[in-house]
Amino acid sequence: MLKLSKLATAVALLVAGTAAIAGEVEVLHWWTSGGEAKSVAELKKIMQEKGHTWKDFAVAGGGGDNAMTVLKSRVVSGNAPAAAQIKGPALQEWAAEGVLANLDPVAKAENWDALLPKVVADIMKYKGNYIAAPVNVHRVNWMWANSAVLKKAGVAGAPKTWPEFFAAADKVKKAGFVAVAHGGQNWQDFTVFESVVLGTGGAKFYNDALVKLDQKALTSPAMTKALETFRKVHGYVDPASPGRDWNLATAMVIQEKAAFQFMGDWAKGEFTTAGKVPGKDYLCAAAPGTDNAYTFNVDSFAMFKLKDAAAQKAQSDLASSIMGVPFQEIFNLNKGSIPVRLNMDMSKFDDCAKLSAKDFVASAKAGSLEPSIAHGMAVPPAAAGAIQDAVSQFWNDDKISVADGVKNIAKAAKTQ
Amino acid sequence: MKKLENLLPKLVVAPGFIFGFAFIYGFMIWNGLLSVTHSRMLPNYSEFAGLEQYIKLWDMDRWYVALKNLGIFTTLYVGGSMGLGMVLAIFLDQKIRMEGFLRTIYLYPMALSFIVTGTAWKWILNPSLGLEKLMHDLGWASFGFDWLVQSDTAIYCVVIAGVWQSAGFAMALFLAGLRGIDDNIIKAAQIDGASLPRIYWRIILPIMRPVVFSIVLVLSHLSIKAFDLVMALTAGGPGYSTDVPATFMFTMSFNRGQLGLGAASATMMLATVAAIVVPYLYSELRSKPHER
Repeated sequence: MLKLSKLATAVALLVAGTAAIAGEVEVLHWWTSGGEAKSVAELKKIMQEKGHTWKDFAVAGGGGDNAMTVLKSRVVSGNAPAAAQIKGPALQEWAAEGVLANLDPVAKAENWDALLPKVVADIMKYKGNYIAAPVNVHRVNWMWANSAVLKKAGVAGAPKTWPEFFAAADKVKKAGFVAVAHGGQNWQDFTVFESVVLGTGGAKFYNDALVKLDQKALTSPAMTKALETFRKVHGYVDPASPGRDWNLATAMVIQEKAAFQFMGDWAKGEFTTAGKVPGKDYLCAAAPGTDNAYTFNVDSFAMFKLKDAAAQKAQSDLASSIMGVPFQEIFNLNKGSIPVRLNMDMSKFDDCAKLSAKDFVASAKAGSLEPSIAHGMAVPPAAAGAIQDAVSQFWNDDKISVADGVKNIAKAAKTQ
Repeated sequence: MKKLENLLPKLVVAPGFIFGFAFIYGFMIWNGLLSVTHSRMLPNYSEFAGLEQYIKLWDMDRWYVALKNLGIFTTLYVGGSMGLGMVLAIFLDQKIRMEGFLRTIYLYPMALSFIVTGTAWKWILNPSLGLEKLMHDLGWASFGFDWLVQSDTAIYCVVIAGVWQSAGFAMALFLAGLRGIDDNIIKAAQIDGASLPRIYWRIILPIMRPVVFSIVLVLSHLSIKAFDLVMALTAGGPGYSTDVPATFMFTMSFNRGQLGLGAASATMMLATVAAIVVPYLYSELRSKPHER
């Protein structure tokens, strides 16, 4: 027993000894692929110029799931990193645990309230205080199309509405191509669903049904219509899609095997790497019927409470660097997203990003800027996961009737 | 000196015992505790939730799907591996040429990790990449095998991959068992005029009962732990139609921030395993002393 307590003390000392070295920021992130890693290196450089030490804590894989698991164990053991990549309503859950630091001093000094659209700022706040610094904006309701395939099928430009889309898809099918390139993984099914709901029901309905989870909206005829359209889209997907990764689906569009893909703007990176030019080789357009709306997926960094004053200073410098113009520009150029900061100079960005930025500002003004449910921005993970299950099951099993689909989704939305 | 000699074995075994006890039974208890809390993203013991998480669990369609899949998978995987392993072992036991070579081939899949098996079979069974495409390319246009992409048949693909991996293992154990049987018994039976199938059915199989016992025990716990195979092959899809309790538990606890619910499902898994394995172990281990 005596030995055990000695051992415990030794371990405790060891842990205490490794934590909190002055001016050091340890940053947990899952940006390990080419363009992303380059972007993180920029942030590191900026921090080093300010005299801080950067301790990289990259956990690859799983769209951040692995990183979250590591983060939980670190926080539970009382050894939280200075900052971690956390997004959406998960921020609220972490803040509710009482482990996140208040970023208001930096945010007030730099007037973040004026730099960010209110919808985005609200996600970054817990009880009115900033707890995270946003990095970028991904638009989710994109439709990607291969110009050459459309031309061969006799389709003029990207379809603007769902009826137009189905007419175009029929032509594409007749010409011998796959109409919709899709990867049958549950989050991808959910991504398509999100765009369909936004397109058939409009931003207001989307907000009621998938952000507020209002039961009345979820069981309304608009939902039935959305599911009917959703099932119809499934008819244009090739049979081998289940389990396919999103980038392989994008490759089908790039290689002129398929005409359309519904995917967020990270798909653009695949086109760019393949040497394709937007507007010429491929088209980027809002998903049918969603021209005036925008579902966003914002990555952000949350800061954990630290005791050491130098480390706190480093944290606030990190927050201000993340929101700074140079980082916002270089990072988003590499990543394919757009800056979250409003009114930035977009001249270095490509046409798709420019369109995205224009729609971002416009929809923020019009009130049709909505958080993406498929990418964990709209509702807490438990409910989002349950709805995703119901949606994905409906997509994959034609035996489930539309009425049952509506019922299942409404029931899933009640998950606490 | 003598005292030390007496003490030494205990000292050497002690750390393993303590760690085993803490990390197996300790964590079982911890998990049980978590399942009666409202824990969401992080453990939270402030409030006693009673059986709420269990009620929630048994109200989820996805949990029923996972249980049904586990039933299908365990039955077919253990049965299939044993059946195929038995047949292979009997054929290999016919004093054929190149036996060592063949045995190695059948045993090799066991050396692979389930991740490799899952990924390879994902490609083989994919209609646009694997078997179906190969047959079409060879000119058999009407050939269709798209189980992997259909919700109601995808679980059988997991079974196929699992059986492929483990049949060789069952074969090796059966073969060792067959080799251990005294030839004289068989010769005596032949003199008595028993037919070959009858010899296998009435004499050899009963002698191999301990081997069957070992195989069932090893394979059934592998099937309950089947997480990596499902993850690599289907990732639970299409939809969640190939979800098993292990993947269910992982998703709920670590991706969805429902630690309490995940803990409840883990407790249910433990109870299921205990309900099957404990009586079996008991009956098998108890009857032994009488036989010998």
